[in-house]
Amino acid sequence: FFPLSSPASKDTPVLLLKGDTDTIGREVTESLAEIFKAANVPVSFVSPKVDPRVDGGLTQEVIDLFAETRVAVKGPYFTPLGTKETSINIQLRKSFDLFANVVHAYNIPGIQTRHKDIDVVMIRENTEGEYSGLEHSAVPGVVESLKIITEEKSTRIAEYAFQYALANNRKKVTVVHKANIMKSADGLFLECCTNVASKYPFIEFESMIVDNTCMQMASNPQQFDVMILPNLYGNIVTNIATGLVGGPGLFPGANIGISGAIFEQGTRHSARSLAGRQIANPTATIMGGVLMLRYLKLEERAEAIEKAVMSVFAETDIRTRDVAAEGAAAASTSEFTDAVVAALKSSS
Amino acid sequence: ALSTTPAADGTYTVTLFPGDGIGPEISESVKTIFAAAEVPVKWETHIIDVQAVKPGDDLVSKDALDSVRRNGFGLKGPMATPIGKGHRSLNLTLRKELGLYANVRPCVSMPGVDTLYKDVDVVTVRENTEGEYSGLEHIVYPGVVESLKVITRDASIRVCEYAFQYAKNNNRKKVTAVHKASVMKMSDGLFLECAQEVAERHKDEDIEFQTLLIDNAASFLVSNPSLIDVMVMPNLYGDIISDLCAGLIGGLGLTPSGNMGEGCMLAEAVHGTAPDIVGQNRANPTALLMSALMMLRHMDLHDKAQLIEKSVHKVLRDGKVRTGDIGGSSTCTEYTDAIMREMDALRE
Ligand SMILES: Nc1ncnc2c1ncn2[C@@H]1O[C@H](COP(=O)(O)OP(=O)(O)OP(=O)(O)O)[C@@H](O)[C@H]1O
Ligand SMILES: Nc1ncnc2c1ncn2[C@@H]1O[C@H](COP(=O)(O)OP(=O)(O)OP(=O)(O)O)[C@@H](O)[C@H]1O
Ligand SMILES: [Mg+2]
Ligand SMILES: [Mg+2]
Repeated sequence: FFPLSSPASKDTPVLLLKGDTDTIGREVTESLAEIFKAANVPVSFVSPKVDPRVDGGLTQEVIDLFAETRVAVKGPYFTPLGTKETSINIQLRKSFDLFANVVHAYNIPGIQTRHKDIDVVMIRENTEGEYSGLEHSAVPGVVESLKIITEEKSTRIAEYAFQYALANNRKKVTVVHKANIMKSADGLFLECCTNVASKYPFIEFESMIVDNTCMQMASNPQQFDVMILPNLYGNIVTNIATGLVGGPGLFPGANIGISGAIFEQGTRHSARSLAGRQIANPTATIMGGVLMLRYLKLEERAEAIEKAVMSVFAETDIRTRDVAAEGAAAASTSEFTDAVVAALKSSS
Repeated sequence: ALSTTPAADGTYTVTLFPGDGIGPEISESVKTIFAAAEVPVKWETHIIDVQAVKPGDDLVSKDALDSVRRNGFGLKGPMATPIGKGHRSLNLTLRKELGLYANVRPCVSMPGVDTLYKDVDVVTVRENTEGEYSGLEHIVYPGVVESLKVITRDASIRVCEYAFQYAKNNNRKKVTAVHKASVMKMSDGLFLECAQEVAERHKDEDIEFQTLLIDNAASFLVSNPSLIDVMVMPNLYGDIISDLCAGLIGGLGLTPSGNMGEGCMLAEAVHGTAPDIVGQNRANPTALLMSALMMLRHMDLHDKAQLIEKSVHKVLRDGKVRTGDIGGSSTCTEYTDAIMREMDALRE
């Protein structure tokens, strides 16, 4: 959503950020590039020449490149615990004001899961809330952390969600909050969503407390259609939803704002334990590429790649370890990639 | 630590708050079952009449609080806190006055209650006094709200220490500290640091310790809950995660909880007053009953707890008598009677 108004032309430059070397970023973005090549996608990837991270911040090169391309695909940057530096992932979203994080979780034919018929789109506020980074220690042993909710950003994400629902023929929007406890902050979020909802009387609107939402997710996830979530609840609920339908390796996420969009794994895990071993599942990143092609109005190329990926799940038992059946031999990242490429070739 | 010495005649006195809504019905069920099982417990009942309390006054009288302090044990049904009438919240009063610093919520699959998850056995230990529930919020300027989360070293150490004690006493193998220190570096960072410190103190006890980001924990719980055993976490995360766990095993009608304080314990069902089914004899008393059994175990009345639990399991496994929330059509009374019949059978 917020796609280009006309299709991208030949050799559209797209920024490719491979992520840290000790994450799965390398292998999954490589897989994506290979598939784009096989599918003759008219985009050319540009990557920063130097490490995109300097002294805890983004390099000017990355900022300039994104300002030029306005579209990026990225692998994960690892955020160390116990240091003060802000995550480079958060910096990217904040500096380009990519305010909406969109993750669509659904049952993929061929992936066995407990729950069936899940089809939920989570739209998460991406720039404020608990991710303000404003914390201080008043007295030793006591830390205060500020959560910021603004009318402007809450209204903006609500508008985006309803526009999304409208454009994608969705029937219901659920806003998730904890306004019974955080009466002012979550109360404001809820109020903004309710106000926006009144402009869309033909879309069903409901509100749900975050703890109840999580319980419902585990027991009756089929009831959800589109959800609007403040930042932290969004992080939790997107992880639950993708967990229900096959895990973090399968579903992409789009970070979208007026100035552009960045596509990546929906759950943004760095999966360092898998890094460099050719065992990560590249699907989430490949599907991130598919979302990007739709954003660039290259629907036909997007469709071809999506079909190829889905056919590998539906028609073969080639699976990376995270989604392989218990006891079954798992495919490597590149074997899975090869299978997608083969499916692409056979259908063209 | 809790006093576990009964009166000279071997009985314990327990303060009972039957509560509102379905509270009196399910409390009656617990009392009936306890009497039939000849549990050496005397009830000291305190009815809190919300309507009679004047604005500005506390909802719980000093008398009632003293009763819990004196007895060391309380059992509480759900209570409706009137919103916006100028009372201090009921739960807040109880937690503060009784120093209930840790909230323990075990979620164990019940035999015969069919859900998509088998053999769930996880325990949430939730910090009960601070975090996002500080109630400190303010409007910076119109349209911008700040909400304060407070994490202290004392409360974090205390709740983590309790989690390890709990694991040790209940023969549990693993403690997982759940946090979001990648984003809330100082506040959750402090919690994490305290958890690590406490784990270090317990390192000779054969209890494995791990830390998980809340998003990963949530994802694991819905995809493979057997990876989790005992969890400890700040207030809001505990609220969210424990409801998620309840969703895995069939809902709030089944999940018990215990609020642990210095020198006293207040057991309570997690669910609300269920206004939709009040007075219809349809409530499921299992959650409150299981909470009462947690209390019996703290009194070292293991045989009694075992007898009642076995009977509940038998009734649920047989499946003939069960309440509406878990797919049956029996009344609360019929279910209570069925449990008592099983107890009789077991004692023959
Ligand atoms: N593309 C992927 N393919 C397979 N598994 C994945 C993928 N992405 C994430 N995961 C899995 O999701 C889980 C969460 O990932 P995350 O990166 O947060 O954890 P981790 O790898 O244990 O920690 P760290 O990021 O510190 O290395 C891990 O079990 C990881 O292996
Ligand atoms: N013990 C129980 N037995 C049967 N159904 C229950 C039980 N507890 C809760 N429910 C059901 O779960 C749903 C939510 O109940 P809950 O009491 O939490 O609602 P609520 O409206 O939030 O109440 P409150 O305002 O007191 O918190 C209701 O449909 C209720 O009937
Ligand atoms: Mg709750
Ligand atoms: Mg309730």
